[in-house]
Amino acid sequence: MEATYSQLPLFILLLPLMGFILNGLIIPLLLKGFGRTSVGAAAAASTLPLALAFILALVAFGELESHSLLIEPYQWLSIGTLKINFSLKIDRLSGLLTLIITGIGTLIHLFSASYLATEKGIGRYYAYLSLFCFSMLLLVLGNELPLLFFGWEGVGLCSYLLIGFWYTETEKANAGKKAFITNRVGDLGFLIGAFLLYKMVGSFNFDVLTAKFAEWGSSGNYDSYLVTATCLALFVGATGKSAQIPLFVWLPDAMSGPTPVSALIHAATMVTAGVYMIARLNGLFDLAPDALTVIAYIGAFTALFAGTIAIAQKDIKKVLAYSTVSQLGFMFMACGVGAYQTAVFHLMTHAFFKALLFLGSGSVIHACHHEQDMTKMGGLKKYLPHTHFTMLIGSLAISGIPFFSGFFSKDEILYSAIALPGGHAPVFIIGVLTAALTAIYTGRMMSLTFYGKERLDHHTKEHLHESPGLMLLPLYVLAGLAAIGGFFGVPHLLGNFLHHMPHHLSQWLGPVVPARELPLMAIKLPIHEAVVMAGSSVLAIVCFTLGVVLFKNKQTVTQLMSGFAPLEKILANKYYIDEIYEAAILKPLASFAKICSDVVDRLGIDGAVNGVGNGARRVGQRLKAIQDGDVQTAALWMVVGTALAVAGILILARI
Amino acid sequence: MLSLIVFLPTIAALLLFFIPSSVARKYAFGVSIASFLLALNLWFSFDTTSAAMQFSEVIPWIPTLGIHYALGVDGIALPLVALAAFIAPIAWLGTWPQEAVQKEKFFVACALLLQTGMYGTFLATDLFLFYFFWEIVLIPMFFLIGIWGGQNRIYATVKFFIYTMIGSLLMLVAIFWLAGMAKEQLGTTTTLMSDLAKLSLPFNAANPWMSPQALLFMAFTLAFVIKVPMIPFHTWLPDAHVQAPTLGSVFLAAVLLKMGTYGIIRISLPFFPEASLWAAPVLQALGCVGILYGAFCAMAQDDFKKLVAYSSVSHMGYIVVGLFSFNTIAISGSLYQMVNHGIASAGLFIVVGMLYERLHTRDLNKFGQLAKSTPMMAVAFMIMTLSSVALPGTNGFVGEFTILLGTFQQSIVLAGLCGLGVIFGAVYSLKAYQKVMLGPSNVEVHGHWHAHAHSDAHDDHGHGHGEETFAVVTHDMTAKEILAMSLLTVFVFVVGFFPETFFGASKVSLEALATALGAK
Repeated sequence: MEATYSQLPLFILLLPLMGFILNGLIIPLLLKGFGRTSVGAAAAASTLPLALAFILALVAFGELESHSLLIEPYQWLSIGTLKINFSLKIDRLSGLLTLIITGIGTLIHLFSASYLATEKGIGRYYAYLSLFCFSMLLLVLGNELPLLFFGWEGVGLCSYLLIGFWYTETEKANAGKKAFITNRVGDLGFLIGAFLLYKMVGSFNFDVLTAKFAEWGSSGNYDSYLVTATCLALFVGATGKSAQIPLFVWLPDAMSGPTPVSALIHAATMVTAGVYMIARLNGLFDLAPDALTVIAYIGAFTALFAGTIAIAQKDIKKVLAYSTVSQLGFMFMACGVGAYQTAVFHLMTHAFFKALLFLGSGSVIHACHHEQDMTKMGGLKKYLPHTHFTMLIGSLAISGIPFFSGFFSKDEILYSAIALPGGHAPVFIIGVLTAALTAIYTGRMMSLTFYGKERLDHHTKEHLHESPGLMLLPLYVLAGLAAIGGFFGVPHLLGNFLHHMPHHLSQWLGPVVPARELPLMAIKLPIHEAVVMAGSSVLAIVCFTLGVVLFKNKQTVTQLMSGFAPLEKILANKYYIDEIYEAAILKPLASFAKICSDVVDRLGIDGAVNGVGNGARRVGQRLKAIQDGDVQTAALWMVVGTALAVAGILILARI
Repeated sequence: MLSLIVFLPTIAALLLFFIPSSVARKYAFGVSIASFLLALNLWFSFDTTSAAMQFSEVIPWIPTLGIHYALGVDGIALPLVALAAFIAPIAWLGTWPQEAVQKEKFFVACALLLQTGMYGTFLATDLFLFYFFWEIVLIPMFFLIGIWGGQNRIYATVKFFIYTMIGSLLMLVAIFWLAGMAKEQLGTTTTLMSDLAKLSLPFNAANPWMSPQALLFMAFTLAFVIKVPMIPFHTWLPDAHVQAPTLGSVFLAAVLLKMGTYGIIRISLPFFPEASLWAAPVLQALGCVGILYGAFCAMAQDDFKKLVAYSSVSHMGYIVVGLFSFNTIAISGSLYQMVNHGIASAGLFIVVGMLYERLHTRDLNKFGQLAKSTPMMAVAFMIMTLSSVALPGTNGFVGEFTILLGTFQQSIVLAGLCGLGVIFGAVYSLKAYQKVMLGPSNVEVHGHWHAHAHSDAHDDHGHGHGEETFAVVTHDMTAKEILAMSLLTVFVFVVGFFPETFFGASKVSLEALATALGAK
């Protein structure tokens, strides 16, 4: 598609930066100190620019029908043949994500103003949030891989800062550090992938890269080993940012940040960066079927693995955290079978319903005086009707109940996993199992929180209150999107009944992220699709109901089946992965560092140096004066020594 | 113009005799500003389209030996001169003590002389003059550590001195050998770099160890890598840093270490290209090991200053790897990294100094939660940390990214191994940040400074009871410190987002060097 010069991408990018500068620099300067900003000022300074960016994004979106929008304000770096432009582009993929980021971002900014109204560091909070939006927008708007990496690292920084927002608590500061460092492991993979790409193509520009991939695809003239290695390296980066096996460990801990942050960063936007990157480079990944297989299986295993952990958690945010890891697994599953469009579709619906669920959980936590343990809740429906209603919609959506948004996107993933040429039956089976698990743990979460006996302590109950309007508004907007958002991607099969409603999203993304064609058989015989759809619908309804009913007055699986106790212990402890990493990687690394510093450096290298020094000293006892601590004497020796040396050499040179 | 830049600090040091001790520091700061303005003038007068030496001054100095007083500046020297000029006022501002130090005038004179040495080293276009300034630097540094250093200062200063001296003596021998060869080949004894560049230095690939070019290369390069410092010649650095006063540490890390890498790019590579190529695998390997080893050692430190010192060993390793990659991008990146590491390490050492001045400790286990009482310092420290871990958007990224990208084109494995430094760098940097700024406070309350402890004010429910955490209120940055850190911060982001504004001036010179080396 033609790219037209437009300043819109730059304005959209810079508006949140303005919010950051206001909250991070100008307001503190005016008030002569940090931590003095009022909630209203802080929220306005960050929210208004972002809302404006959302409006501009809508304007830009309207133009995408015919062309994409490009701006290259300056050249970032140029060395020899390396040219990196600060190039921003809104095309149909980045345009969609820009809408999600600015739209959901604005809602969450609003929610935060009420949720954190009594927080002293509110200025700092909004500064970080604005910086995050800036970085996330740079990630999707950047038309050069290094710019994507700018955003990629920038969102990581903001995540670090926001997870550790309540930094005085060691545990929260540690969670932030863990997120940053785990992500750095992935970042190295990303960098290696980017360098490989540069080695092969000699450019970082997405337009150049896309054209090159297409050329490779048609000519077959490329080094398939290098391409596969590139894809795998980039995917390592994705496993970091998007919390997949083996680098997912930071995301659950990341929930120690404020809940709106979990909704925005750790559910709706940042964690999907890996999916975005793969969708952006779909032409490359298409050339590496082996890498795709790895991605599909890693996604599938992560989905199942995280889903099983979610079922045993007591902390409502932990359930949602593992659910996010699991849903991201679904997205990678889709990427891995070549259904990039579907991955983006699920990215979108997930952004709606998971942001909703997180904000809902925030509303619950807010109401219950910062209680997050679901086993101490129950029966909240009566007290929090709006929160319950909106969260129920989110739950139905994530469980895949027909015709809520998650139903469409998840169903498409499952069907792609079996029907597409790149599909794998085991991936499909794992996907179905995980879908069932998702419905069960979501049902359990709803049941433990809102239904059954009230297990609240007396004190909390007295203060129980429905959240104010400013928090409910974002919940309702997101609930609306979570309910109907799926109709952007109605499958062909159902579209036939809806006046031949097309798959809007597929048509929209087509020019940037082409759809993989279904085999002819599948189109001619839609029976498979119908079976998958009907089956998954029934499964979702049954499992969600089971989840709700079974856990009405039981909190753990063990209470239902006593034999489950040992397994539940393992699940509740997350398969002891953190402990295993600690013992297998972190401890040895720390010991190794200690050996480097205390043994090799101090005794080995420095010991040798001092040994040489001592030896020399023994030869000339007179030089001992140097070590006696008299600076003047030492200085004298220095001058004498230099003079002697220079004189000697001057004499030598003359000869 | 160049002579004025070089000798203004020396003249100013001589004039100190007429300046009262009480204003010596203000005077020195004024001189550093004047010096900075001169450098700024140089910057804007510099012709960025030429790779040749500009503003050259050549005067015979010791005619019988062909030694000249010769200065000149090209795109490789320019950013380092700018760095030295930029760091000096910041170093004064960032380390302004509450009380005057002992022998204030002598302290100031040493710092001024140090600046002359730094400028001279970067601007000399005669090898002997280069050596002269190289050695000049040692003397004030020797006193700065030896007189105003910590408890173990004599050990550190002697170690620093002997280490550097061994290297530079070899360099001196090599310079005269070169001068002798000039007599043979050109008919005249000379140490002018432009003349020596015409020499043909035999390099026998079959028996490199005995080739004159290889021997000369080794003599020079040993002196340079000791200064860098590259492992295994690095152990003088942590000791020197820990003992040095903050001002000394700032100059040492920000500028002095770059003299070593500058020597490599100015002398080792262009004069001995074949020997450089021959030795590159070993030097790159040592550089790479240095990145990782420095990072590991940094991870294990409890002494904040030692941690930053080892991080320098790690970051300087990138430069060695990049310089010997024979890749245009990586060589350019190495020059960028010299400047960028100068900025970040200056900032970090100033932070260490500010904390030491306030809390009288460098033990990372005795800080904590300072972000609460010193939020501005927390911001400044965070920004320097980000630059140090090479976060995109900061200047640190520009150098590390280009070095890794360029090295990767040369060797995937080597670049991959060096890239591990990206991970470990984050580990020790964030550890230091957390131990100082975040978490519970471990500050010991002493009587002699204003301290006020109160229970954790954080009102998050369900926390804070059981064990009482204490936040100690210590004063945040002073106006001078704010100014120093703000200047560094501006540089960090401007160069991070607009690297061409600063490094564009070096492009032509770097490309000329790369072409001469036959770099890819």
